[in-house]
Amino acid sequence: MDTDLRDLYQEIILDHNKNPKNFHKLDPASHSAEGYNPLCGDKINVYLQVEDGKIVDIGFEGSGCAISKASASVMTTIVKNKTVEEVKALFEKFKGLVTGKVEPDMLELGKLAVFAGVRDYPSRAKCATLSWHTVMAALNSKEEQAIVSTE
Amino acid sequence: MAETIEMDDRTIAIGKNHKLFDVERIRADFPILHQRIHGKPLAYLDNAATSQKPKVVIDAISHYYQAQNANIHRGVYYLSEVATQAYEQARECVRSFLNAASTEEIIFTRGATEGINLVAHSYGRRFIQQGDEVIITTMDHHSNIVPWQILCEEKGAQLRVVPIDDHGELMMDEYASLLSAKTKLVAFGHISNSLGTINPIEKIIQMAHQVGAVVVVDGAQAAPHTPIDVQALDVDFYAFSGHKVFGPTGIGALYGKEKWLDAMPPYQGGGDMIKSVTLEKTIYNDLPYKFEAGTPHISGGIAMAKALDYVGQIGYPQIEAYENDLLNCATEALQKVDGLRIVGTAQHKASVVSFVLESVHPHDVGTILDREGIAIRTGHHCTQPVMDRFHIPATSRASFAFYNTKEEIDRLVEALHKVVRMFQ
Ligand SMILES: Cc1ncc(COP(=O)(O)O)c(C=O)c1O
Repeated sequence: MDTDLRDLYQEIILDHNKNPKNFHKLDPASHSAEGYNPLCGDKINVYLQVEDGKIVDIGFEGSGCAISKASASVMTTIVKNKTVEEVKALFEKFKGLVTGKVEPDMLELGKLAVFAGVRDYPSRAKCATLSWHTVMAALNSKEEQAIVSTE
Repeated sequence: MAETIEMDDRTIAIGKNHKLFDVERIRADFPILHQRIHGKPLAYLDNAATSQKPKVVIDAISHYYQAQNANIHRGVYYLSEVATQAYEQARECVRSFLNAASTEEIIFTRGATEGINLVAHSYGRRFIQQGDEVIITTMDHHSNIVPWQILCEEKGAQLRVVPIDDHGELMMDEYASLLSAKTKLVAFGHISNSLGTINPIEKIIQMAHQVGAVVVVDGAQAAPHTPIDVQALDVDFYAFSGHKVFGPTGIGALYGKEKWLDAMPPYQGGGDMIKSVTLEKTIYNDLPYKFEAGTPHISGGIAMAKALDYVGQIGYPQIEAYENDLLNCATEALQKVDGLRIVGTAQHKASVVSFVLESVHPHDVGTILDREGIAIRTGHHCTQPVMDRFHIPATSRASFAFYNTKEEIDRLVEALHKVVRMFQ
């Protein structure tokens, strides 16, 4: 495979796509939201259990491309046990990474750094951020259910 | 140009038509096809989204702005007359393309979408009443769903939907049972952009007319593939887009039977659509100008006519035979790809192949193929009800024009094998 395609579809991404982590519904959940990317039809449901400003459990369901599914999977492993504030700050950095807007501090991003290849595929940035947007929508929602779209 | 098709080594005879189809010669007419994308020759297989333009079309646009540009229908000076004449000649060309009875029945629009909206707005607002029924189909493009939803909601009319079967064919029995004296309008796509299905247009129209309904046909996908004769079809309205038939974007045409156009109120108000305006009362212009408010896309109309001429010179029998050959070749080869399922297996199909891979999302397919220089469309193709019907979020779609080749199909299939290997 071409090396630049390999940059996008890293082995870790393909693995998470095939065997996503935390790929289940959370019941009960203190927060949840549905995310939708109309461009490719990706749909995702994110469930959160937030206690004292900290995400103590997370799960997701849905269908999507390898990038969106792997990104959701990696995201769930990373935000667990982080505070809401920490997650928000991390999302800003992640957005910068996949859109190429900022030169990211790879150390800070940790496992998320595997998505750096997305920056060369502008139409795919939304795939990588869909699950994050959905988490944000869930956290910001006053109601039980929120719906967010990348468009 | 394809004006003179001479024989040489590259010329191949196809089908029963015995006329010669020289794809290399045709490709030479399309400048955009001769480039490399990510270092690979471009294989443009997204013709259902938009088609590429032959040089004659591109030149017509440039010539218009270099030599003819003036506003039309208003100047008494030379250039304005030249531009007006060119634009009206283009209308005549569209009339001939659709075999309409007169140019008064040809309205220039922005495209199929605007044509359908025009009918929904002008015909629908005037003639659809509370309790009436409008029929569409599951396979329609959003542009032939949403305008009717808006109309029905506004009027308190009912929207009925003809379902499709597992092959992506309309269920004609269901259609028959939906038709009644309440049916006032039937709108459907001649050819489906996501499934490739060629619908039995004559039959659908006849059945609608038997209950006194008018018929609106979305011909966006038909114009590039098949000849259209609005008089033989006895269709009430027929809309298409220039850009899908090798013309520019932003221009298209709507055919409407004169008796309906006469009875309909205008679509938009403005210049050109009036005979006289006083602050108390406006007298509308004659057909077709009543429906053409404002300065139109003049160069677009002229260049679209060039595209229609170009297609006419190649000839629909040749196009259909060649594309059918491509379709069969692609269908056969794609079926051999591991885990690939074709969505849309109607008996009568245009050269459009939608497919899904078992464990690879279409979006990933699209990205990987792009790196091979192959342009296909991935997504719901503005036909979400079709995706829902087949319980899939999206498909990958390769759609072929007469300038595509079997080598390009080979490359597509080879790239798909690569995708499958990568995601194993
Ligand atoms: C079947 C069908 N109808 C309508 C349209 C809308 O055409 P346009 O966007 O040119 O108005 C399309 C284009 O995608 C189509 O494929």
